[in-house]
Amino acid sequence: MIEVEAVSKHFGDFAALDRVSLRVSQGKLVALLGPSGSGKTTLLRILAGLEQPDSGRIRLGGVDATGLGTRDRRVGFVFQHYALFRHMSVAENVAFGLKVRKGADRPPKTEIARRVEELLSLVQLGGLAGRYPSQLSGGQRQRVALARALAVEPRLLLLDEPFGALDAQVRKDLRRWLRNLHDEMGLTGVFVTHDQEEAMEVADEVVVMNKGRIEQIGTPADIYDSPASPFVYRFLGNVNTVPCSVSGGTARVGGLHVGASSMDGGGTAFVRPHDVEILELSPDLPQATIRQVMVLGPLVRVELALPDGTVLESEVTREHKENLALRRGQEVSVFLRKAKVFVGEV
Amino acid sequence: MAAIALPLSRRTRASASVIPGFGLTLGFTLFGLGLIVLLPLAALLLKAAGTTWEQWGAILGDSRVRSALWLSFGGALAAASINTVFGLLVAWVLVRYPFPGRKLVDAFVDLPFALPTAVAGIALTALYAPNGWLGRVLEPLGIKVAFTPLGVVVAMVFIGLPFVVRTVEPVLQDVDLELEEAAASLGAGRLQTFARVILPAIAPSLLTGFSLALARAVGEYGSVIFIAGNLPGVSEIAPLLIVTRLEQYDYVGATAIAAIMLTISFILLLAVNLLQKWRRARMGG
Repeated sequence: MIEVEAVSKHFGDFAALDRVSLRVSQGKLVALLGPSGSGKTTLLRILAGLEQPDSGRIRLGGVDATGLGTRDRRVGFVFQHYALFRHMSVAENVAFGLKVRKGADRPPKTEIARRVEELLSLVQLGGLAGRYPSQLSGGQRQRVALARALAVEPRLLLLDEPFGALDAQVRKDLRRWLRNLHDEMGLTGVFVTHDQEEAMEVADEVVVMNKGRIEQIGTPADIYDSPASPFVYRFLGNVNTVPCSVSGGTARVGGLHVGASSMDGGGTAFVRPHDVEILELSPDLPQATIRQVMVLGPLVRVELALPDGTVLESEVTREHKENLALRRGQEVSVFLRKAKVFVGEV
Repeated sequence: MAAIALPLSRRTRASASVIPGFGLTLGFTLFGLGLIVLLPLAALLLKAAGTTWEQWGAILGDSRVRSALWLSFGGALAAASINTVFGLLVAWVLVRYPFPGRKLVDAFVDLPFALPTAVAGIALTALYAPNGWLGRVLEPLGIKVAFTPLGVVVAMVFIGLPFVVRTVEPVLQDVDLELEEAAASLGAGRLQTFARVILPAIAPSLLTGFSLALARAVGEYGSVIFIAGNLPGVSEIAPLLIVTRLEQYDYVGATAIAAIMLTISFILLLAVNLLQKWRRARMGG
């Protein structure tokens, strides 16, 4: 279990972390998600002991680890650019953490060799033990880095943008593979990413960060379905942001009822494109004009203009488009399945 | 014939490299090297080839020649070794620690390059002579530097230091901090990280710096002869002996000693290169 309590970190005048608190339960894989400069990497490095917080406490497995250096934390760290030792073979890289142990802690040579072989087959690099990092592809290097980190039997695995430097296809494969590996090993893990799809696909829990603070913590479905703030709405997935006015507890945009709010005033409504439903023209429902129809594989993106000029983006299935014979210039009715209004400046 | 030769030559050129004109550049390289480096050396060897076996025997049997060669190469090896250690230290400090005046210290490193060697020699002699600033302190401790083999090594260290610093510095700058962090996260201590991670990464540049400092020390003349005192058989370096022989119109002796120096130097530098090649082969390119 990891407990982070009110950790702050400044670099000069820049507040990288501002009283951040977080708990990660044993065996969970957690994603720190946020744009660059949000403090996610700093938090990861503080967990690893590579950086010391200005204030606040870190507890690992119930024990205070705040002042502890990286060496003594028993955490495995995987770097974005692998940080493999170039002058060592794959096997030597993986064995490094065991070889540097002193005295009785160091396993005998045959034991080290056995462990290395085991780990390399775990990361599916069994035949490449004698190769050097320069002879490997990016995906292979990252798997060596992972095997190296796992060799010391860490109680916590930390990964800094582990797939950031890889091409799309390799990234996809490695993501799934990491998820499976985590399920098999049951290790507690934290990884940093700025790719929301990656966070959604791999993590049990997503921590959305912005400007040194945590915006929201939740399962991927929680975060996507009920974002806690405008920032999370914007950061996770495509969203329509529509200025609206709230009066009498009801928010309206161009005659469309977009939601309820307890406060009156100007605000912004957030609507996911797939929550904008397009229907056949009907006098009971608000109307819109189709400005653009784009076919994106199985989905069709439709740009709608409301009578007051507000533009909404909608995503409908291919089938739905065929049924209604959607085309540019057509008049249709619009229904918002779900929207959320934030009153005030967002 | 021409119809076949044309497409062939075009293909070679296209696949060669970004910069065209391999033939031209290679020609210039060989011509320049030949004119400036190989021709004088060839003339030297040609002259030395005229030496009879008895003359070779007499020269190699001369204890003054032997001790001069010993001092030149032994001193140079010692100086290059000292420079490798201290040069690495200086480079480390300059790369890793930001401190006020770093740029200034960085500039000081190059001074031994720029100073006329005789000036360096005279300055060192004045410092280390029994009545000099440092000599006065060292003399009561029983350490004599000026006019001894130790003085020769001191001068060789002085003129060779920049080579190690300047070859190691950029490579050290490129050693990723992440490598050290990775080593630390795997449980390695500072010493282990240095010995197992950093040193292997900078070893090639360290070796290059060593061989440059060695070559410079072997060939050094100006700064050494002032501090050495040049006692035959004790603190006389081989280059000085060559000059002495020339002044005595003993051209055969001079060229023979020069040829011996050339051979030993070549073997030493070749050994360093082979070591580098072996290292690279082990690292798999």
